[in-house]
Amino acid sequence: MANIGTVTETDFQTAVLDSETPVLVDFWAEWCVPCHMVSPVVEEIGNEKGETLKVAKLNIDENPQATRTYGVMSIPSLILFKGGQEVARVIGAKPKDAILRDLAPHL
Amino acid sequence: MDEPRNVIVIGSGPAGYTAALYAARANLAPLVLKGLEAGGQLMLTTDVENYPGFADGLLGPELMDQMEKQASRFGAEILPVHVTDVDLSERPFTVRAGDQEWRGRTIIVATGATARWLGVPGEEKLRGRGVSACATCDGFFFRDRELVVVGGGDTAMEEATFLTKFASKVTIVHRRGEFRASKVMSARALANPKVDVIWNTTVGEVHGDDAVSGVTLNDMRTDASRSFPADGLFVAIGHDPNTALFRDQLALDDEGYIAVAEPRTATSVPGVFAAGDVTDRIYRQAVTAAGQGCKAAIDAERFLEDEAHGH
Repeated sequence: MANIGTVTETDFQTAVLDSETPVLVDFWAEWCVPCHMVSPVVEEIGNEKGETLKVAKLNIDENPQATRTYGVMSIPSLILFKGGQEVARVIGAKPKDAILRDLAPHL
Repeated sequence: MDEPRNVIVIGSGPAGYTAALYAARANLAPLVLKGLEAGGQLMLTTDVENYPGFADGLLGPELMDQMEKQASRFGAEILPVHVTDVDLSERPFTVRAGDQEWRGRTIIVATGATARWLGVPGEEKLRGRGVSACATCDGFFFRDRELVVVGGGDTAMEEATFLTKFASKVTIVHRRGEFRASKVMSARALANPKVDVIWNTTVGEVHGDDAVSGVTLNDMRTDASRSFPADGLFVAIGHDPNTALFRDQLALDDEGYIAVAEPRTATSVPGVFAAGDVTDRIYRQAVTAAGQGCKAAIDAERFLEDEAHGH
């Protein structure tokens, strides 16, 4: 399944950084209105990309350390990790086409 | 292909939902395409204190939730998609969102307006890394930090006041010597001990690599520039109408707003109506947008009736 659901600071290393498949992490919060628009789009992208991409959600309120580590200062922020490194970042609510365009060079 | 819809509403702020409500109650079974900024600008505000009928005020997102439910109760179909393309050259009109497509006998454009940016060096690069146009979205990240808010209208006052919940200090930078904000909003911001104002000054540049470290301030009277430390910059200098979809298809005014035949909501294309901030550079209130949305639905209904009788 390309959608690996929720990740936390505790399993970030194994679920995201050690993953052999690129992982798109959706940094979000319950109170963030634009996040609720983007999260379904991220899930859709995960379903469409099948085995070539995993998508995951990280709640910034529950994971302040990871939020700080990756310098997230605006949500939604989508960060694409490949081989344990950040390779792309999409900030703010954008249409699906725009998100795919930003990710395309890295997939 | 599906049957054409009587009414397609593009946008889901007060104008869009009110248009949908009236069209639904006129048995026109409208389709509402919400867009990525669903609910519109009120989703990014906190307390709405000037929408009549709510004596104690309410939250912007609550008001929009109620409007959506009210439209849907009378039969509006509301889809969470973002329109990417419209073709108004022939009827029925065509509206697309990615690979989905609908046809409409009439269209009500209620796409609203989006926050304007300063357009100075460093701003674009640091957007989402300390540069923001949405205090309610991003204020959270600036606990005990020092912030600059640019602007002098109600939005700037609201953002500055809201940000004092998190920030240790909020400096409002305004290019004039007085605010154009309403008295109640200015007074509330100025009374806050965490809020400072620098008058007659613009922001010329944003500094920082991975995060904002400060801004360049230009004094309009002396032309002097200085560096001013800040951990974040919130831009609240106004809005631009969301009309990119309609360029070359609908007549726009010289500032890019959709031109409507006031007091009606007809645009330059018969059967296309427009309501709310996408047409309004003057009032830009939830209640005026709602009023215009109502007018657009009634205009669309009459248009369809006239057409039915003409055949």
